[in-house]
Amino acid sequence: MATVCEVKEEHIIEVKNFSFTYAGADKPNLKKINMPIGKNAVTALIGPSGCGKTTLLRCFNRMHDLYPGNRYDGEILLDGKNILGKKEDLIALRTRVGMIFQKPTPFPMSIFDNVAYGLRLQGIKSKSELEGRVETALKDSALWNEVGDRLKNPASALSGGQQQRLCIARAIAVEPEVLLFDEPTSALDPISTQSIEELVLKLKDKVTIAIVTHNMQQAARISDYTAFMYMGDLIEMGVTEELFITPKEDMTEQYITGKFG
Amino acid sequence: MTRQDRRVLTDKIITALSFIASFIGIAALFWILGVLFYKGFTALNLHTFIYDMAPPGRAESGLRNALVGQLILVAGASLIGVPVGVLAGTYLSEYGGRNGKLAKLVRDISDIMMSTPSIVIGAFVYAIVVAPMGHFSGWAGIIALAIMMIPIVLRTTDDMLQLVPGSLREAAVALGAPKYKMIIQVVYRGAKSGLVTGILLSIARIAGETAPLLFTSFSNNFFSTDLNKPIASLTVTMFNYATSPYEDWIDMGWSAALILALFVLGANITARFLIRKKKGEK
Amino acid sequence: MDKFLDSLFLNTSRIFAITVLVVLVALFIVLFKEAKPAIDAFGLQFLTNTRWAPNMDIFGGYPAIYGSIVSTAIAMLIATPIAIGIAIFLSELASPLVAAIVGMAVELLAAIPSIIYGMWGLFYLAPILKDIWGGSGLGLATAGVVLSIMIIPFMAAITRDAMKTTPDILKESAYGMGATRWEVLKDVVIPYVKSGIIGSIILALGRAIGETMAVTFVMGNAHKVPHSLFEAATSIPVTLANEFTEADTDLYYSSLFYLALILLVISFTVIAIAKFLFLKRVQEKKI
Repeated sequence: MATVCEVKEEHIIEVKNFSFTYAGADKPNLKKINMPIGKNAVTALIGPSGCGKTTLLRCFNRMHDLYPGNRYDGEILLDGKNILGKKEDLIALRTRVGMIFQKPTPFPMSIFDNVAYGLRLQGIKSKSELEGRVETALKDSALWNEVGDRLKNPASALSGGQQQRLCIARAIAVEPEVLLFDEPTSALDPISTQSIEELVLKLKDKVTIAIVTHNMQQAARISDYTAFMYMGDLIEMGVTEELFITPKEDMTEQYITGKFG
Repeated sequence: MTRQDRRVLTDKIITALSFIASFIGIAALFWILGVLFYKGFTALNLHTFIYDMAPPGRAESGLRNALVGQLILVAGASLIGVPVGVLAGTYLSEYGGRNGKLAKLVRDISDIMMSTPSIVIGAFVYAIVVAPMGHFSGWAGIIALAIMMIPIVLRTTDDMLQLVPGSLREAAVALGAPKYKMIIQVVYRGAKSGLVTGILLSIARIAGETAPLLFTSFSNNFFSTDLNKPIASLTVTMFNYATSPYEDWIDMGWSAALILALFVLGANITARFLIRKKKGEK
Repeated sequence: MDKFLDSLFLNTSRIFAITVLVVLVALFIVLFKEAKPAIDAFGLQFLTNTRWAPNMDIFGGYPAIYGSIVSTAIAMLIATPIAIGIAIFLSELASPLVAAIVGMAVELLAAIPSIIYGMWGLFYLAPILKDIWGGSGLGLATAGVVLSIMIIPFMAAITRDAMKTTPDILKESAYGMGATRWEVLKDVVIPYVKSGIIGSIILALGRAIGETMAVTFVMGNAHKVPHSLFEAATSIPVTLANEFTEADTDLYYSSLFYLALILLVISFTVIAIAKFLFLKRVQEKKI
C-alpha cells in the first residue's frame, strides 16, 4: 500500500482504486492507484521510464481513448464527478483539462490562430474578444513581448522554447481548470527549460498543474507535491520537500539517491 | 442544438461520407476482381497451357505461345534491367553521395522516367529499333520493357542501400577490403531482402505492360522463341482477343488476364512478405 | 588487381547511372526528330486543328489532346474525393486491423495491370453506362470513369502515406484541446500534409493522362471532337495505340510522333511540378 500524504488543498482530482490496461496487455499497466490532486497546486509525477507516470497523466484527459482497446477501471473524480464513464463528453472534458506535450506541437497555422484555436472551437467569433483573449494568454505565458508584433507569422518559425510557451498559451487561452504537462522540457535547452519552469510556478495561481518529469531536480524546484511511481504502482506521494529529504518508503529513497532508475 | 452538438454532428457526417467514399471505391475494385476471377476461370483449362493461339472456334486453342513469349520478354528485360538498374543505384548510393550533383540529377530523372507514359516509350523504341530493322521483333519489346524497368530498380536499389548503416561499411573498409568488395560482400548482403523486393516489384510492374509492346514485339500467332521476329505476349493477346467479336477469344482474353493478374499479385504479396520478414528480424 | 576491379566497378556503375540521363535525352531528341516533318508541315496549329484526315494527309491534334484533357479531368473529379475519403478512412478512422487489411487490398489493386481495368470497362461498365446515359456507352465519360477507378487505389495509397506523416503528438494535442476528429483532420492533419496531398493528386493526374490500356477499349475510337461526353472520341495514347501500325504515309507517321511528343511534354511537366513543387517540401519537413 502506498504512503500518501495529506493534501490540504481542495481535491480537484481524486484518483480512486484506479487501474488502467493497454489494449492487448494481459495485466493492468497501472494498478489500483489512489491519490488526490490539490487545487492550484503543482503535483509532479516521477519514476523510472516505464513506471506509468505518463500513462496516468494521459488518463486525466482520456487521451487513451484515441486508440482502441484500452481499459479503465476504478474512478477518477474531477470536481467530484467520475470522468471515466462511457458517456463522458470528451470534448468538454478536454477543454477543462488541457495538455502540454514532450515536444512543442505548434499547429500548421499562424501564431494568432494557434492561440485562438480552442476559443474558435468553442464558437467565439468576435474579433475583439479573440484578440483580447489571445493577448492575455500570450502575456500569461510570457510570450507577448517576443511575438506581439508578429502574430500573423507561422508558428513553426518560432524557436523550440517559444513554441512550447505558445502551446502553453494555446492551452490556457480556454481557461482550463487543470493543465497536464508531459515532460514539457525534455526537448528544450536549459535556458528555455528555466523559462518554462518559471511559467509553471506563475500559472498555478490560476490553474491546477500535474507534471510528469524524468528530472528529479525539476520536480523539486517547481512542485508542491511529488508522487513516485514504480512498475505501475504508486509507491509514495508526499509534500515535495519531505519526499526528497525524508522519504517514507525504502524504494523512494533508493530512487532519489540514484540507486536505480 | 448547441454549438457542440453541431460540431459533433459535422464530425459524424464527415465520418459517414468518408465511409461511403471508401465503400464505393472498394466495392468497385472488388467488382473488378470478382469479374476477373469469374470470367478468367471460365475458359481456363489444360488446353490454355498446351495449345498455341488458334483461330476462333477451334477446340485446340490455348495461350502457350503467348505465355512463353511473355516469359521471354520479361526475362530478357530483367536480364538487362536488373544489372543496369542495380549498378546504377549502387553508384548513386555508394559513389554519388546523398547530395552529389550527378546522383541527384539521376534520381530526379528516374522519378520522372518512372511516370513517363509507357506508350511513349513504345513509340521511342519503334523509332530506334523497329524502324531501322524494318520489322517488329522480340528484341524491341525487351528493350522497351528494360527502359521502363531500369529507373524502378535504380530507385529502390538506391533507397535500400542507403538503409545499410555506415558503420558496417566503415568496419569492412577498416579491415582493408577494397571498395567494390565492401559493396558486394557487405552492403549488398545487408540490403539483400530489400533488393530482392525491389526487383520483384519491378518485374511485376513491367509484366503487366501492354502499351510499349503493341508496336515493338507486336504479336505472333505461332510459337516462336526467335527474338528477331515478332513474338506473342499475354498482354497484347489480351488486347487483340478482347477487342475481337468472337466469344471464345474474349473468354480466353479473360483467362490471360487472370494468369497475368495472379502473377502480378503473387509477386507483390511475396515482396510484402519479404519486407515483413526483414522487419521481423530486427 | 583490386585496384583495377575497383575502378571497373566504379566506372561501370557510373556509366549505367548516366544511361538513365542518356535515355531521357534520347527520348526527347528521337521523338522530336520523328515529329519534325509534321512540325514543319503543321506548326503549332497542329494543337488547335480539329481535322484528322489521313486519306488527305491532313492531321490536327486537337481531338486527341481534347480527349486526353477531358477524360483525365473527369477521372480526377471522380477519383479525388473518393481517394481522399479512402485515405482518411485508412489513416484516421479504421481500426488498425481493418486499416491493414483494406490498405493492403488497395495497394494490391494499384498493382493490377491497367489493361484489366480496360477490359472490365468495356464488358461490364460500358453496358451499364449505356443504359443510363444512352448512346453506345463508349466515349469520354466512360473513359473518365474507368480511369478514375484505375487511379483511385494509387491515389488513395500515396495520400494515406502522406497523411500518416502527421506526428501523433500533433494530433493528440489538437484532441487535447477538445477538437473533434473532423476538426483535427481539417485544422491539423490536412494543413500539415497539404503539399504531400497535392503532390499525390498531381502524380495520379500524370498517370491518368498517359494511360493507354485502361481507356483504349472504352473511348470508341472516333477521331473527332465529340458533341457530348457520351459519344465516341479519342485521346493521345488511344490514337497512338490504334493507329501506329496503320500509319502508311510519312506525314501520318510523323504526326503520330508529334502527338507522342506532346504527351511526353505534358506528362514531364506534370510530374516535374508534382515532384519539385510539392513532394520535395514533404521530404524537407520534419517536426
